[in-house]
Amino acid sequence: MMRSRRLFLCLLLSTFTSLAQAQLTIEITRGRDNPTSIAVVPFAWSGWGAAPEDVAQIIGADLERSGQFSPVARSDMLSLPTRASDVFYRDWRATNVEYLLIGRVVGGSSVTLEYELFDVQRQQSVLQGSKAGTAQNLRMLAHRVSDAVYEKLTGVRGAYATRILYVAVTQRYDAPSTYQLTVADADGARAEVVYESNEPVLSPTWAPDGERIAYVSFETTRPAVFIHNLTTGIREQVTNFPGLNGAPAFSPDGNSLALTLSKDGSPDIYVIDLPSRAVRRITRHYAIDTEPTWMPDGRSIVFTSDRGGRPQIYRVDIASGKTERLTFDGPWNARASVAADGRTMVMVQQKDDRFHIAVQDLLRGNVEILTSTTLDESPSVAPNGSMLLYATKYGDRGILAAVSVDGGVQFRLPAREGDVREPSWSPYLGNP
Amino acid sequence: MKQVTVAEKALSVIFAILLMAGCASTDTSEEDAAMAEKEAKEAMMAEEEARKAETMRKMKMLEDAVASAGNVVYFDFDKSTLNAATRRVLDAHIALLKSNSDTVRLEGHADERGTREYNMALGERRAKAVLDYMAVNGIGRGRVETVSYGEERPAVSGTGAAAWSKNRRVEIK
Repeated sequence: MMRSRRLFLCLLLSTFTSLAQAQLTIEITRGRDNPTSIAVVPFAWSGWGAAPEDVAQIIGADLERSGQFSPVARSDMLSLPTRASDVFYRDWRATNVEYLLIGRVVGGSSVTLEYELFDVQRQQSVLQGSKAGTAQNLRMLAHRVSDAVYEKLTGVRGAYATRILYVAVTQRYDAPSTYQLTVADADGARAEVVYESNEPVLSPTWAPDGERIAYVSFETTRPAVFIHNLTTGIREQVTNFPGLNGAPAFSPDGNSLALTLSKDGSPDIYVIDLPSRAVRRITRHYAIDTEPTWMPDGRSIVFTSDRGGRPQIYRVDIASGKTERLTFDGPWNARASVAADGRTMVMVQQKDDRFHIAVQDLLRGNVEILTSTTLDESPSVAPNGSMLLYATKYGDRGILAAVSVDGGVQFRLPAREGDVREPSWSPYLGNP
Repeated sequence: MKQVTVAEKALSVIFAILLMAGCASTDTSEEDAAMAEKEAKEAMMAEEEARKAETMRKMKMLEDAVASAGNVVYFDFDKSTLNAATRRVLDAHIALLKSNSDTVRLEGHADERGTREYNMALGERRAKAVLDYMAVNGIGRGRVETVSYGEERPAVSGTGAAAWSKNRRVEIK
């Protein structure tokens, strides 16, 4: 609780002062058939002046992005209730609205968001609650209401009150390119640059505490892995080995970092125990072993290796070193990421000279291609396993895109300028 | 004061003449030696100069060969194999490196296809393939540094076979 409060204060106020150029926008490109119709009525505002954020708009956009909900346009609302006593079900039944969300923002330097959800058909209130925090955090409070509504109506925990990490690159021809490591809300808003360099920055990833991140920076003219605490702003260089220092991945308990090093010859997977800094070698093969990611139980590591001639996904048991190949579909599979269920694995698959995001059920083995673009990479699954973010090309520009794990919903998050790449979805974050 | 006798005078005159004669004859032989030495020095310097010129000419040839070979070698998709054209480029660099004590930095790169960290490893494999070839041909490994930039620093922007073929490379710096 305390840690999270510090994190958000910090995200808002302190170290990140530079406003990101690469602000993301959202364009939904594919939704589901027959989404649930929900009216999110503009929330009442009782603070001074105009409301700082349009809370109802934020919540409506969140629910729409899931593809499972279709928010009603305000122009189609016959009434605009903000309290239960003002709700007339016939106004909503007449326009086939299934659910109705109303609320109030009680303002000040700290704000409280009160909300209530109604089932129009059954004519009853199904959820009510409130979220309190600082005024600067109003957007995050709105996302928390989205999370509550989403969970109530789908049975799945919402992942709207989360953040995303990505690299924004501005290519220049008269000067070195700029690499901006950026953190934004899951809806792309409030983008802030946390580290900027003229040398490449890549492979950003979250620690499970949602407070630390790790990434590779070439600021020393060689690759090195850094851990950066978003609360304190303190950066620390963790590796400086000869050769590759890349692909960091925090263990599920946050105490270890798996990564790729080539100090002993060819690229292999190593684990650094963060408190002691002891380095342990996990794989030992003359082929390329890279892109480690942890199974949720922390006992094995999934990685990419071309030991079979071309890149495929393998899993190594950390204790025994026993290694097994996981992918057999397609000639080329790389950069896996395993969802919290320990069963859904997403990866990059090459087929017919196109690179797609594919999902594999580790229990049954079946593989499905989720994306229809051609240069897709860096899949990162939301903490609730519903959607994944990835990087692709749109025209000549690098953009972020998202797709539901069943492929039914897709949306794009292009930056207003420059290229964006390597998204990493945060874990669940504590209450602000 | 003692009277100087005629005999003593005569003796001293003869001695002086003899001394002068001796001196004269010594001067002549020393001049000859200096001349010879000078000539030898000049010959040596000329030889040195010729050798220097020859070395310069050879260096220039080696540098020209490197200049015309270029500082970049290219690879096939997902490959780090050195083909004949690549080896010719590297041979030019190896010949020049053998004539000096310079150090060299090999920067490996990949095209944008595939995943970034795999491409980072692929760029390193390419740089190491070049390093191994140089080492086998007599360049000490201590003189060569390798670094991979993966697909992070394309030589040519854009998507398509033409751009990709220019980006799968090792730059010799």
